[in-house]
Amino acid sequence: MKKRFLVQGNEAVGWGAIDAGCEGFFGYPITPQNEIIEWMAREFPKRGKVFLQSASETGSINMLNGGAVTGKRVMTSTSGPGWSLMLEGISNLCNAELPCVIVNVQRGWNATRHAQTDYTSLTQGGGFGGYKTIVLAPDSIQEIYEHVQLAFYLADKYLTPVVIASDAILGQMMESLELEKINFPRLPEKKWAIKGKSHHKDGERRSSCIAQGMLPSKKYPNLLSFWKSYDEKLKLIKKEEVRYDEISLQDAKLVVVAFGYVARVCQEAVNAARAKGLKVGLLRPVTLWPFPSEIIKEKTKQGVLFLVVEDSLGQMVEDVKSAVEGQADVHLISCLDRHLPLEEGAIYPEKVFEKINTLLN
Amino acid sequence: MEKKWVAGTPKLWINTPVPIPFCPGCNHGTAAKLLCDVMDEMEIDQDVVLVVGVGCSTVVYMLVNVDAVMVAHGRPCDAATAIKRMLGKDKIVITLQGDGDSLAIGTESTIHAAARGEKITTIMLNNGNYGTTGGQLAPTTPMDTITTTTPNGRSDVHGYPIKASEFLSNLDGVAYSARGAFTSTANYMRTKKYLKTAIQKQKDGAGYSFVEILSACPSNWHMSPQESLKFIEDKIIPQFPLGEHKNIDKK
Repeated sequence: MKKRFLVQGNEAVGWGAIDAGCEGFFGYPITPQNEIIEWMAREFPKRGKVFLQSASETGSINMLNGGAVTGKRVMTSTSGPGWSLMLEGISNLCNAELPCVIVNVQRGWNATRHAQTDYTSLTQGGGFGGYKTIVLAPDSIQEIYEHVQLAFYLADKYLTPVVIASDAILGQMMESLELEKINFPRLPEKKWAIKGKSHHKDGERRSSCIAQGMLPSKKYPNLLSFWKSYDEKLKLIKKEEVRYDEISLQDAKLVVVAFGYVARVCQEAVNAARAKGLKVGLLRPVTLWPFPSEIIKEKTKQGVLFLVVEDSLGQMVEDVKSAVEGQADVHLISCLDRHLPLEEGAIYPEKVFEKINTLLN
Repeated sequence: MEKKWVAGTPKLWINTPVPIPFCPGCNHGTAAKLLCDVMDEMEIDQDVVLVVGVGCSTVVYMLVNVDAVMVAHGRPCDAATAIKRMLGKDKIVITLQGDGDSLAIGTESTIHAAARGEKITTIMLNNGNYGTTGGQLAPTTPMDTITTTTPNGRSDVHGYPIKASEFLSNLDGVAYSARGAFTSTANYMRTKKYLKTAIQKQKDGAGYSFVEILSACPSNWHMSPQESLKFIEDKIIPQFPLGEHKNIDKK
């Protein structure tokens, strides 16, 4: 029998990292992700892995740069303010084409409770240079564990940072977790890794640089050659890596679009509405970038309405509108619809059900 | 008769297809040559990872035939920390930085790597200004000096220069801290000895090691290379004395 146990979302990050073969973690305390770095501090050193607490998130992300150049799997985690400090580093990691994993346990602006207010910063290349990173949005503790493994695989496959968008609710709630290491296809050996010349069979030096295209190399003799190659990589990811989950979309007249903890809320509302005979479905983007635009375009052609539910003032709604191209009505339930004015407030299934009921009657 | 290499371009120097963009009389090239010779003489080049940040020192990343990494402005010590910890004690990790990189934007990175006693070595070139961006006020700019952002000279309005070598020697994690210069053959040879000692401290696992080198920046100082060296001798060394400030063995 596989091992099942009750675990907190933030600690599931740790279990995922172990099963992904992560060898180094660099982090700085910030609520609501502290359980991640505390777990790593306890569990990594006794397994011979590197754990190091930095002096800031700027430090963490640049340690991640150093760890990633060695070709070993490395990660960090943070929340809102720390996330914004990391953006310069993420720009650099994208330019240097270094694989690594970053977890953002989102909070509401500077309120330390849950929210989804970093969506745009996460998905639209919030730093400088115009990069994009793959963004995975789990909605359960089991999926956090699986997404950490998937994130490391995708990072190595495309030589890019991969981000996991968690939040304070997912990070701090407990659910049952079944440990099962995922077997991904074999990837090429990291011959580019920096380890000292004595490790390289060809005797040639290796180098890694955050100014690819500016400092000339054999691979990228100039800036345009770098931009062309980076553009091809982003196009390939958009073609190959879109992931989403759908519930009752087949005959739906109204499609609810939600991710993360809010998708769980919406699932309850959709189930209740279906029980009353309302033709409503749920589309849950699993990759926030690349965004599942094609399925939204397809549903638009079938003449559905859209209801975006997100715990921000409305950020993902812009991606939905962009996919719809003005051909369908797009409604929004936002953080303004929380059940309490305090930071404990959340979007409740009743609110979503009410809106579904109004839109379909 | 067997030919022996006695002088000339260092063995670890890479001949680049483009001209080396150092200004005439700049000491960054001198520091790069020194580093090449030291790595060659200590026979460590196969195990070295060189880390640079942003500034004139960045160029050296392309010139030295060892594994090399360029990271964000100010952050070589963060990256070097992770590289050393991920690869283990048999690797020699060296950061080559300017004073702006190491002591302004990278203060946190430098101080915390030093405080943790990371087994890495930093070479910091102190030329008292930001060379790459055109000669602005740096954390090391001596008092009264005119820069493009202190047009009337550095005064108490701008505060006082940081003496990194002395300052870092107060941290328990630091095993070695010294300040050298290239103003004479004797000073060059002393600086070479400092760098060898610093790298040996890393090999011994004694702690963080730091070598500051007073360097000429003739283009931004608006002086000839000779005048620049004389300026260092007459005006800078009295404010930034040369020598070893800390030298301890593994506890």
